[in-house]
Parts: sequence; structure tokens; C-alpha cells
Amino acid sequence: MLYVSQLINALQLGSIYALVALGYSMVYGIIKLLNFAHGDVIMVGGYIALFSLTALAFPPVIAALITVAGCTLLAVIIEKLAYTPLRFAPRLSLLITAIGISILLQNLAQLIFTANPRSFPTQMLIPAGSITLGGIQLGFVPLITIFASLLSMAILTFLVQKTKLGKAMRAVSEDMGAAQLMGINVNTIITFTFALGAALAGVGALLYAAGYPRIEPTLGMMLGIKAFVAAVLGGIGSIPGAMVGGYLIALLEVLVISMGLSQWTDGAVFLILILVLMVRPTGIMGRIQMEKV
Amino acid sequence: MGKHDPRTPLIPERDQDKRPVMECVGLGIDFGGLTAVDDFNIAIGPTEICGLIGPNGAGKTTIFNLLTKVYQPTRGSMYLEGIDTRHMNTMQANKAGLARTFQNIRLFRELTVLDNVLVGLHNEMSYNLGKAILRLPAYWRSERIAKERAMELLSIFHMQDMAYHKAGSLPYGSQRRLEIVRALATNPAVLLLDEPAAGMNPAETEGLMENIKKIQETFQIAVFLIEHDMHLVMNICEGVAVLNYGRLIAKGTPAQIQNNPKVIEAYLGTGGGVADA
Amino acid sequence: MKQFHIPMPVRYGMNTILIIALLLVGHLLMESGVLPRAHANNVIQVGFFIILAVSLNLTAGYLGQLPLGHAGFMAVGAYVGAIFWRSGLLPDGASIVVGLLFAGLVAALFGVMIGIPALRLRGDYLAIITLGFGEMIRVLINNIPTVTGGAQGLLGIPRHSSFLVVYICVVITCVAVHMLMKSRHGRAILSIRENEIAAESCGINTTYYKVMAFAFSAFFAGVAGALFAGNLGILVPGEFGFMTSINILMIVVLGGMGSMAGAVIAAAILTSLPLVMQGLAHFHVISYLPGASEHIVRYILQWIAQHRMIIYALLLIIAMIAKPTGLLGNYDFSLSRILEKLIRRRNVGKAEKGGADHG
Repeated sequence: MLYVSQLINALQLGSIYALVALGYSMVYGIIKLLNFAHGDVIMVGGYIALFSLTALAFPPVIAALITVAGCTLLAVIIEKLAYTPLRFAPRLSLLITAIGISILLQNLAQLIFTANPRSFPTQMLIPAGSITLGGIQLGFVPLITIFASLLSMAILTFLVQKTKLGKAMRAVSEDMGAAQLMGINVNTIITFTFALGAALAGVGALLYAAGYPRIEPTLGMMLGIKAFVAAVLGGIGSIPGAMVGGYLIALLEVLVISMGLSQWTDGAVFLILILVLMVRPTGIMGRIQMEKV
Repeated sequence: MGKHDPRTPLIPERDQDKRPVMECVGLGIDFGGLTAVDDFNIAIGPTEICGLIGPNGAGKTTIFNLLTKVYQPTRGSMYLEGIDTRHMNTMQANKAGLARTFQNIRLFRELTVLDNVLVGLHNEMSYNLGKAILRLPAYWRSERIAKERAMELLSIFHMQDMAYHKAGSLPYGSQRRLEIVRALATNPAVLLLDEPAAGMNPAETEGLMENIKKIQETFQIAVFLIEHDMHLVMNICEGVAVLNYGRLIAKGTPAQIQNNPKVIEAYLGTGGGVADA
Repeated sequence: MKQFHIPMPVRYGMNTILIIALLLVGHLLMESGVLPRAHANNVIQVGFFIILAVSLNLTAGYLGQLPLGHAGFMAVGAYVGAIFWRSGLLPDGASIVVGLLFAGLVAALFGVMIGIPALRLRGDYLAIITLGFGEMIRVLINNIPTVTGGAQGLLGIPRHSSFLVVYICVVITCVAVHMLMKSRHGRAILSIRENEIAAESCGINTTYYKVMAFAFSAFFAGVAGALFAGNLGILVPGEFGFMTSINILMIVVLGGMGSMAGAVIAAAILTSLPLVMQGLAHFHVISYLPGASEHIVRYILQWIAQHRMIIYALLLIIAMIAKPTGLLGNYDFSLSRILEKLIRRRNVGKAEKGGADHG
């Protein structure tokens, strides 16, 4: 019985990691940028959700839509203002810019909302309660988290695999120059990718806030880093890889915690990261890329 | 021309009785099941200038990458002055006597011209880290000698005056020449030049040809070059190897190659002739 | 025409005199009590941030990687130094030197450990692995309280970081890194940044030099960590988080990756900014400003002092977009070069006069 509830925990956390990891993975796949600010977009999403539920007293569905839209808008603004001018700059400059954005968002949040954590009213988003299935009690929050993530990922997979826009996305990530020659508007596709990743981050923000109801300016940092680890573990640039990586990392964390070593969870995650990168730098589902000489 | 006798008739007479400086036997590499180069055999005399030609995509640069251990061959062996290079990496291949230039110039762009050459002279200097930090006499002596040597090498191409310019700021032709100087600085036995005349005008190419000959004569080393400029190849190479679809299709003197029907076919399809030879 | 050059021994002599003069001025200011406590402490802080920035510059600027775990090496050095000093094994003078060396060496060992994955990974992968490494060190320190005091902190560390000690360490760091970079070993490190494949084919042992750069960088970060411990007297693992690494990186990037002078200047400015802004806000000249502007100026200054991270982050982004080479690019300050230029200009002036006489 204990195992089942641990498994549910892992699935809940893993769903969130997977959603966030997808954002990292897609952006990395398309412009080879480790988008450091992605975690902080989730933090902003957390605050948007908080205020649209409390101060603005919107119904849950509206609040959720506002959160997703807010995250998307923020990511697109960041992309247009900070990343687009650096399209042809060295990748290191782009990475440093992303770090700069991350610090900026964190400190602006601190300035506006103060560094004190605020508790998130989970019941206003997802009603408290549970169903009992075969003697096992399943809370609404983990259930909805898992379900909503799977649904989001299914929609994403459909978008990427079946639509024209998705095909263009894959083409750009394969070879930007060739895609451009084929008449694909690369800028639009890149913006679209950021938007898509941020929309998933918005969903992630809602589910994270509901499951771990503590909103603070540094919320996105560890979550972001761990999701990135998940993306690397699964094979960065690979969409199924990011999902697999997300669930694996969560499973690892829950495992470490259940062994009574909760102090070591962060350490374990990074240890896995280092081991994976040493043994198989392309991750579980990534492809090897060779430098042309 | 026997397949298993890679020497004749490439090696010039003066080198015939000496051991070849570089020898490849059945060298080949596959990329993910696709054979890029197969059964590459060649032997190069210690002071020979040898050309490697072939249509685009024939695998010429891949061969250079195999020789310099940027790629490890899937099969076959390569010997440098008789030593098997099987377990070497790029750095060790260089120390064993192989220096190269790159088709898409790879200079240390933010460093000065002089520093580029000094990096080439890295292994000619021997002072250790402690001596460097404490600035012991060994440092000063070694640096002075290296700088003089670097200037001397730069003077081959009359580039001494550019010594303190950033390498990335040089005009294209000078960048190609600097790459040759840098390669020479590593004191090689074989100099590999990947399209040295690319992007040069006819006058510059003429000068380059003279310089390649001069280098071969003064340093008494072998030069193995990839080039599309037939004028250059036919004039300075003593032996020419022709590659098509990853395989050697002909080897011989420039004159033999010009009249080889297989070569003509590879370049022009059936029923043509090698133009401008 | 042969250009005028100041001979090497004279250059070294000049620089030595400059270093000693600065030491004397600093020592006098610090020990006489002229400087308020906060300012004196700021000077010390500038000292170890210079060491941290110059050492990070070795890997970030010269080797061309982006390590995000520099605070990890600093933490290792801080705890090793603190534990050694607390043990009181040696008399004070010797203890300071041995403790600093020990802190540096253990940190360097960790540097080698992180340098090894650096062999296979580059760019953002390396960045994330160093980040993970830094965090792991923090987790480790938190979880071995018998050695490190854990989250409670390590107390009662002897206050060994006097101005003299910090200053000497700063000088040694800068001189050692400079001497390294202006040697065949330094050129090898630069060549890896510029073009790794070309470096290898020039016979550079890239493996060796990458690990060496990381070890060197970690060594000095460890020394800075020990100085940090000896300044505060207490250590808590929270000091060495990701944000500290980012702070150091920010100094290096804003100063100009690959410029030692830039790292030194940026370390001084960025570390002192809050204090300077506070000082300006209380500067009496401001009270002469007309009407409300006095309050506005004062408010802005205090706002900057409080929220400097927002300014730094904006600067970082703007710098990357406008001038990716940073404050000073890879320009390096040289006293001799400035003098040479001045002398040359005078000589040119003379020569022109002489020429006119002849004509």
C-alpha cells in the first residue's frame, strides 16, 4: 500500500518535471539554447495563478487559462527582446543572456512580491477530495496532475507530429538553413516553439502550485534545474525523451526520500546527471552529433 | 599498377631506396553503415610532393581526418616512418610527424599571428609550469629561441610584419599561408595541405606553388595535398592519387593521370577530356 | 624604425614598486582606523572577489568554458581552511600559509575531478555539470555535520584574513595567472578556446591543459574560500549556493572574458557598489539639490544599493546584446605599455621637430 502511494507521488512529481523538461528540450532542439529562464517563467506563472485566484477571484478554469496565456506571453517577450538579437552570436553569449534573464525575473519578483513565500490556495483550483479505487485512496490533486500532464503531452505530440507547424518545427531543428531555403519562416517557428514550451510551463506552474503550495521568487530555480536534468537524461531535443526523463528523475527522488535520505535528493539527481553525461552524453533517446572538420 | 603494391610508381626516384615516410594499407572508414573511404593504399616518399584529387564528396578530407586521427579508421593501418599509428590520437599523430591545414581555415583567430605560430612551436619548447610562473632562465631562453624561429618561419611567406596582428583580421590568402606556417612550426615529417589554393587568385596561387616547393626543399619533408586547382597539382606534384566514391581509382605521375580514361570519366562523365591540365 | 621598449627587468621593477606602494597605502589606511569598519570590510571582500574572478576567468575567459559551480570550489577551500585553522596544529604565522595552501590544494583536487567530465563535454553540458557539482558540494557540506557543522554552521574560525594576507594572496593570484597565460602553457589553453581541433593537430595535449586550467582555477577559488572563512569567522553552507557562482560569473562577464584587468576592476566595482551608493546617498552635497530632486536622487541611490542584482542582470543582458566582449574585451592593463606609448609619442614629437630643422 505504501509503495502504491509512493508511486503516485512519483507520477505526480514526474508529470510536472516532464512538462517543464519538454520546454527545455524543444527550445534546445531548435536553437541549441539552455533556456535558463524557463524555470523562472514557471515561478511567474505561480504568482499569476495565485493572484488570479485570490485577489481577482476568477473561477479556476479562467485562472488556469490566464496563467497559461501569461507564461506564453512572457516567454515570447523574452524571446523577442533578448534572444532574437543574439541569433547569430556565440552560444555562450546566448546562455549568459538566459542566465541574466533568470536573475532579472527572480529579483523583480523579489522586489514586487518580497522574498517571503506565500501559500497557494490549492482548493480554489482543484477541490479537495479523493476517490478510492481497489482499496487505494487517490487524491484529486495527484490524479488531475497526472491526467492533465498526459493530456498536454498528447496534444503536444499531435501538434508536432501531425500538423504543418509541427513539421516545420522539426525541419528547423534538423537544419535551420535548409528549412529557411524551403520557405519556412524560421523566426515564426522559433517563437512558436518558445510559446509552446511556455504554455506547457504554464500548465506545469498550475500543477506544481497545486501540489506543492508554496510560491516564492526562487521557486523556479531548482524546479527548472531538475527538469533540465530530466531533459538531458532523456536526451535533449527529444520529446519522448523529456517525458521519460521527467518520470525517471521523479522516481529517483521519491526512492531516495523513501529510503529516509531526503537530505540527499538534490545530490542524487546531480549524481545521476553526471553519470549519464559521462557514460552517454546524448541521454537515453538523444542522437549523436559530430562536429564537421 | 598492382593493388597491393602501393608504392610504384608514385615515389620519386630519389626516395625509391628509402623507407616511405607515410604508408597506408587498406585504410577505410564507415559512418553508420555507409562506407566513406575504402581500401586506401598509398606510400609517400620522405621528400615527395604528392597530390590527392577527386570530385567533390569523393572522401579526400575524410582521408586527411583519418591520417590525423580526427577519425579512427574502421579498418586498415597507417604507418608514420614505420611506426603503427593505431593507438594514436590527433595530438600524438602530430608529435609523430604529421601536421595539417584545414579546408575551412581553423586559425586561433583572436590570437596574434606570432602566437599562432608559437602554439605550433609548443612542443619545441620544454620549460615546465613552475619555470614559467617563476620566470626562470629556462623560460626566457626557450621563449627567445621560439620567437626567433617563429619569425624565421613567417619570413617564408614574408609575413614578419604581420606578427602582431590578430590572425582573424588577416586577408583570406594570408590566413591560408599562416596555417601552413603554423603547421610547419610543429616540425613535421609530412605536411598535409587541404586545398591550400582555395580562394586564391592566379598570382597568389603561383606564389603558393613556389613556396610549397621551397618548403619541400628547405625542410626536406614530404607534402601531401588536396587540391582542385589542376594547374597547381600537375605542376608541383610528383605523384598524384585520384579518389572517387571513397576509392582510389588511379595513381601515377601527373602525365599518367592526365591520360587515364578512368580519371577522365570520374571528372567529366563518359566521353570527355581533362580540361586545363 | 625600431620601436622603443622598456626592458624586462625594468618592467618587473616598476610593477614591483607599484605593488609595494599599494600595499603600504592600503596597510596604512586599514590599520590606522581612518576607514570606517564597513569600508575596511568591503576592501577585504573586494580582495577575495578579485581572486575568485581572476581564477574563474582562467576557465571562463581563457579556456572558453562556462563553469557555473565556482562557489563549490570556494566552499571546499573555505571548509578545509577553516577546519585546519580551528585545529590549531601550527603556530599562527605558519598556520595561515599552510592552511591557505591546503585549502587550495584540496579544491584543486576537486577541480581535477570536475575537469575530467569537461574532457568529454563542452558548452552548456559542461555548464550544467559544473552547476550540479557545485550543488552536490553544498548538499555534502549540509549532510556531514560532524565535520562541517552542517546547516548550523562552523563557528569560531580564527580571523586570519587581515588586509596583508588578503593583499598578498590577490597579488600572488594575479601574478601567477598572468605568468601562466604569457607562457607556452597559457597559449595552449587559449588555443583550445580558439579552436580545439586545430590545437590538437598542433600537438597540444588538450586533455592535460583542460584539466590543468580547471585545477588552477579551483586552487585559487579554494584560497579565496579560506580567506572568506578567515574573514567572517563563521561558515554556513548557504553562502556557497548557485547564486554565488553566478555572482562571480557576472563579474567576469561584465569585466570582459579573458581580461584580467577587467576582472579586477569589475570585482572592485560590483562588490563596492552598494556601499558606494549608500555613501553617495548620505553625501552632504546632495542636500544642496533643489527641492524634491534631493529626495529622488537619494531614493534612486538607495534603491540601486538595495536592488543591485536587478541592475547587474540588466547590465549582463545589455552587455551580451550590445558588446559581447564585456567591459574591457580582452584588453589587459600594462603599466609599461602606457609608459612606452607616452615615451614614443614624445620621441615622435622630437623627431618631427628635428625633421623640420633639417628641411
